[in-house]
Amino acid sequence: MKSQSKIRYRTAAGILALSSALVLSACGSDDNSDSGDDKGGSGESSAAAGGDIECGGSGELLASGASSQDNAVQQWVADYQAACSDVTVNYKPVGSGAGIEEFLNGQTAFAGSDSALEPEEVEKSKEVCSGGQGINLPMVGGPVAIAYHVEGVDELVLDAETLANVFNGEIKNWNDEAIAKLNPDAELPDTKIQPVHRSDESGTTENFTAYLNTVVKDAWPDEADKKWPIEGGQAATGSAGVSSQVKQTDGAISYMEISHAESNDLATVKLDTGAAEPVEATVENASQAIAVGERVGEAPDMALELDYATKEDGAYPITLVTYEIACDKGNKPESLDAVKSFLGYTASEAGQQSIVEVGYAPLPAEMAAEVVKTIDTLS
Amino acid sequence: MTAPPTDKETPAPPPSQVLLSDAKGSTRRGDKIFSGLSKGSGITLLLIMAAIAAFLAYRASIALADNEGNFLTTFEWDANSIPPKFGIAVLAFGTVVSSVVAMVIAVPIAVGIALFITHYAPRRLAAPIAYVIDLLAAVPSIVYGLWGALFLVPHLVGTYEWLDRYLGWTVVLSFDGTAPRSLMTAGILLAVMILPIITNVSREVFAQTPRLQEEAALALGATRWEVIRMTVLPFGRSGVISASMLGLGRALGETMAVATVLSPSALLSAEILQAGGGTFAQNIAASFGESGQFGRDALIASGLVLFVITLVVNGAARLIIARRKEYSGANA
Amino acid sequence: MSAQTVADKVDRTDRLGIQQPRLPRLAPLGIAAGAAVLAVLIGVLGGLGSRIQWGLIAAILFVVGLYVISTVVEGGRQAKDRLATSLVWVAFLLAVVPLASLIWETVSKGIKVTDGYFLTHSMSGVVNVAPGGGVYHALMGTIEQVLIATVIATPIGLLTAVYLVEYGRGALAKAVTFFVDVMTGIPSIVAGLFVLSLWIMILDFGYSGFAGALALAILMMPVVVRSTEEMLKLVPNELREASYALGVPKWKTILKVVLPTSIGGITTGVMLAVARITGETAPVLLLVFGSPAINNNPFDGGQASLPLYIYQQWGAGTSASFDRAWAAALVLIVFVMILNLLARGIARWKAPKTGH
Repeated sequence: MKSQSKIRYRTAAGILALSSALVLSACGSDDNSDSGDDKGGSGESSAAAGGDIECGGSGELLASGASSQDNAVQQWVADYQAACSDVTVNYKPVGSGAGIEEFLNGQTAFAGSDSALEPEEVEKSKEVCSGGQGINLPMVGGPVAIAYHVEGVDELVLDAETLANVFNGEIKNWNDEAIAKLNPDAELPDTKIQPVHRSDESGTTENFTAYLNTVVKDAWPDEADKKWPIEGGQAATGSAGVSSQVKQTDGAISYMEISHAESNDLATVKLDTGAAEPVEATVENASQAIAVGERVGEAPDMALELDYATKEDGAYPITLVTYEIACDKGNKPESLDAVKSFLGYTASEAGQQSIVEVGYAPLPAEMAAEVVKTIDTLS
Repeated sequence: MTAPPTDKETPAPPPSQVLLSDAKGSTRRGDKIFSGLSKGSGITLLLIMAAIAAFLAYRASIALADNEGNFLTTFEWDANSIPPKFGIAVLAFGTVVSSVVAMVIAVPIAVGIALFITHYAPRRLAAPIAYVIDLLAAVPSIVYGLWGALFLVPHLVGTYEWLDRYLGWTVVLSFDGTAPRSLMTAGILLAVMILPIITNVSREVFAQTPRLQEEAALALGATRWEVIRMTVLPFGRSGVISASMLGLGRALGETMAVATVLSPSALLSAEILQAGGGTFAQNIAASFGESGQFGRDALIASGLVLFVITLVVNGAARLIIARRKEYSGANA
Repeated sequence: MSAQTVADKVDRTDRLGIQQPRLPRLAPLGIAAGAAVLAVLIGVLGGLGSRIQWGLIAAILFVVGLYVISTVVEGGRQAKDRLATSLVWVAFLLAVVPLASLIWETVSKGIKVTDGYFLTHSMSGVVNVAPGGGVYHALMGTIEQVLIATVIATPIGLLTAVYLVEYGRGALAKAVTFFVDVMTGIPSIVAGLFVLSLWIMILDFGYSGFAGALALAILMMPVVVRSTEEMLKLVPNELREASYALGVPKWKTILKVVLPTSIGGITTGVMLAVARITGETAPVLLLVFGSPAINNNPFDGGQASLPLYIYQQWGAGTSASFDRAWAAALVLIVFVMILNLLARGIARWKAPKTGH
């Protein structure tokens, strides 16, 4: 009865494989907070923030959109997940455009975007928001830092024109006169400048080119665009991509959210805006720029418009505001509670403070309070 | 078909059991069901191939209908802007250049290794070496990509500057010292990746060289190289060609290794050491994440082109192999 | 050419040439050492930073040096033989260098964060910048996707091979053979695009581990067919005939005689195919969405995967994420190598005892 014993043997092997798979699946853990300071990502802030979070809903909360706010969302998710284990938030940084489209197709519960909805997108949102429409909720600000990697140069001041010339290739070496004039104290090496740009479409690129085009039209005639207007040169995908490129390459310079510069310990350029002192790319200076911005959206929409040419002291002009986009009415019932709970936390004081350490600018307090109020009315 | 019966491992059911359990009718039904099942599986495979072509073509046609640019000659890939404008000129160029670079590097080396294993290596070493080459084939492409991006790219700067110093005047090999995330680098990485494929097939062909021919040449006083040139290479030529085409098929479609190494750009440039360029597969991987519905259709259109190209290359390679088999009568 | 003339010829060459001077046995080694020293000197003096260059210079010096010396001492024909020999050696070394470098980089960088914690934790709640987190969710995702792909692809592949070897005659079989071959060469990203267009865009299912598994199954099928076909062809016809002679129907012969005989080789083929699709990134990238947390349900919601995890951590671009990428690469390579070794082990263990 050889064949029978063989069958038995095989069944046993099958059971063994199955059970070992079960054992395997039992030993893994999503909980990264127990590991304390040396391992876990969020550490103390999550514990501190945990008390303020009002949990709601359950299941998976799927969202996607701007990669610029990825680090902030990751921080929020870490905090939120520590308090509310019923909801799993899955934010995928696919870019603003794709995020909005997935939201409009009803694939996600909310979208993150670096620019407010276009009128036709608002129109289209009425299909997915039964009885309502998509609204822009400013949630996080961030300075777009100009990060560079030049051996031996820790501080660098540039103005808009020099910046434009660096990125359009007019200025080729780091010891160029124009740079030297702005930085009399720096020892600039004869290294080739390698400007790195985003190869994908991005709100960051749009913001940066809008700044150059607004402030120095002559040096930078290309209109603001999500796509980098100049062909050739070094490129990389995503803010993380350009930041790691700058990190690896001596002589490289690029634009990115401050958090990505900080995560790779990159030095950032101080901008000579015409204010009393060159303005550093910091979250405070970005918050300042948001505070002097103007609200253009009609309630409950809260779209903003910033002034790139600002000469205010301590206002960093290249500042990005990222919106979360959800329906004012007609959100999907299965995710509504989770959306309100999660976004409610992110706009709360605790949520806004939690992202400062990862390099994002909190909204001015009044604006944040307004956002919280708006989120309460979502239905 | 020369293996002797291996009765130990084949528990053929005793005839009595068969006769008892199977009335004639059920036997026939069993045969019918089983042959139907296996035939069905074969047809399923054909259907999958047909479905791949059909659905890619269908989605591609949606994208192509609204394309503002010329699909074949437009440089940029702006499938998500309004109006969409995209073309495969840069991608086709980059795919061809990186694959050609890979072939130029990999084929001679692979032939060399194949000869090394079959004719030069000490007998005891040959098998382990062949195994090591097999391991190269087993390394996942994403690991090659990681290694390429973080190790190969920074380590090639010096070599490229050296090339530029002596051959920079050719324009093709000029280099300005910026990070070499270029088609050349991608080609070198691809060469490493397709090496094992070409080596393995070539090795098998070389090993089949009729022993008598080689010995005859040796007896005539030929050096080892002359033996190889006169008997092994002519015998193995078509095998090497088809092996190379299999490698080419792999190089054309490789995604991750190129996506991690190349600096994407919409610039068509003859300076292949300089950063920039794109390939079909790389563009799909890099642009996919940020593409909307329409952008995906556009990417599918480029994928269709890639599909057709690899189909042709692989088909040609297989035909060459098949014809060679008929000639040599080996492997009936 | 008769034996006599051959002998004549050998005799004559003997008289004419074989006594000509030869290089001493260790001469190539000496020249190699000399070339290496010279290359290092050139590298140091010329200020060449890259070790790759040093190696290239050494290789060129060796090949040229040996050729020239051999031409002078031994004459043209021998020199050419030497040249070919050294070129073949160089080719081999050139192939080993990248492999050694790749393994070295992966192991030395990957070992840093690979530990029990890394293997048993997900990335849930770990930001890119921070160290920590692990690969568990991706490992589970990959295992599930590959299992599903195997469950789909193996029966179809097996049956197709059975069809080709046992039943297939005529145009259909020829077409299947040809397209199986061609299918082996489909770029993995194209398989991903196909599932994307059909499963997600037209049939409107969401991203899931299962969608990824479908693409992997497509990539796996032709590999299984090919290897199974080879194995079935090795089964001697005498066995089949003996079985028929006993009145066993064909389907039972195949199930009870042919397949069991070749089961070792078939298993090996399937496992090698599994090893191959385990490392596939491109289709997974398009289809599984990815997830930082453990999702053990491959049919619903985004799931992570090991190759995708490497790509994402590489893309995150921080030093902590690079560490994780290397560590995950190490885990992946080890996983694939274990599959490979197992497959080869089974092949050896179950190999039909032929050729006594």
